[in-house]
Amino acid sequence: MENQKQHQAAYMRRSLLDQGYLDEQFIHLEELQDDANPNFVEEVVKLFYTDSARFIRNIELALENGPCDFARLDNLMYQFKGSSSSIGATRVKRQCSQFQEYCNAKNIEGCKNTFQGVKQEYATLKTKLEAYFQVSLSLIRYIGNYSKD
Amino acid sequence: MGMAAADLQFHVLAVDDSLIDRKLIERLFKISSCQVTTVDSGSKALEFLGLQEEHDDQNNPNQPCVSPSNQQEVEVNLIITDYCMPGMTGYDLLKKIKESSSLRNIPVVIMSSENVPSRISRCLEEGAEEFFLKPVRLSDVNKLKPHMMKTKCKSQLQEPEKLVTEEKQESIEIAHVVPSQPQKESDTTQQQQQQLQANSNNNKRKAMEENLSPDRTRSRFSSLTTV
Repeated sequence: MENQKQHQAAYMRRSLLDQGYLDEQFIHLEELQDDANPNFVEEVVKLFYTDSARFIRNIELALENGPCDFARLDNLMYQFKGSSSSIGATRVKRQCSQFQEYCNAKNIEGCKNTFQGVKQEYATLKTKLEAYFQVSLSLIRYIGNYSKD
Repeated sequence: MGMAAADLQFHVLAVDDSLIDRKLIERLFKISSCQVTTVDSGSKALEFLGLQEEHDDQNNPNQPCVSPSNQQEVEVNLIITDYCMPGMTGYDLLKKIKESSSLRNIPVVIMSSENVPSRISRCLEEGAEEFFLKPVRLSDVNKLKPHMMKTKCKSQLQEPEKLVTEEKQESIEIAHVVPSQPQKESDTTQQQQQQLQANSNNNKRKAMEENLSPDRTRSRFSSLTTV
């Protein structure tokens, strides 16, 4: 049972990396986990979800209401990109960069279209990460239940 | 963990407006056995360091120990700060620290997600020890131990009989070195230079890792620590 889950978790992680959803930064985060801090990555990712929800909401508001404040949009997206980069969310990060380019070009349509892409990539990543954690965390708990120390 | 062990730990002040990055930095340094305090702005960092106008008359350039307004002692061995922050940038914070007689010897490291060469050189010129591109990795943090060693308070290093001279030991505690034989003119100058070097550059002291005097009486300011 344990082996199966290990394989499953490893497989899911591998495919997230291969498909470019995550990069090696995510692996570095997992390496920071230990027996005393087995939920570190999950906690970081949860912070990412909270931050992302806030950025998305603020960007949405900024895009809807009146004349576009490109500087503010750029700043919001810069922060969103930073969070994405910190957990290794490559595809989301790439969309954020593209959005920033449209900001610099003061291209509102480009911004709006790319923003759809940002939200889409974020939603996909979140779904995949939730599935991944379901397996990898249950594995950690399983090991925790049966380990001697 | 007893008082002695805690005092041998390095204390890092991490400054970043991003919650995720504060969490990451904290984890990286804790894994490296450091005590970590995180704040979300440059102004809060200065507040923590006790740097207010009226406190800037401290003339203890060799000690990173400062007394904030509430009279408790804080020892900070490293400040690591994000560059881009609202209000005070990491660069502004760096400047303020280097302008302070009580704080300027604390090594400062800047982090940024943007690779802008002019920004990097400006920070290094202003006195930053290192400039890390985000996301910061454990390998980056490992480079910082030598910098932090430099700032351990002298009072913690006064155990001359425990000095260990091993492979790379060049530095010695000045106050306790007695030349074993008479010095020639040229030797004296060289020795003085070495001692001056040792005074401000204790970064290779193996003695740090041993248990030094257990009767520590200095209190630790820890209400902001996110341990």
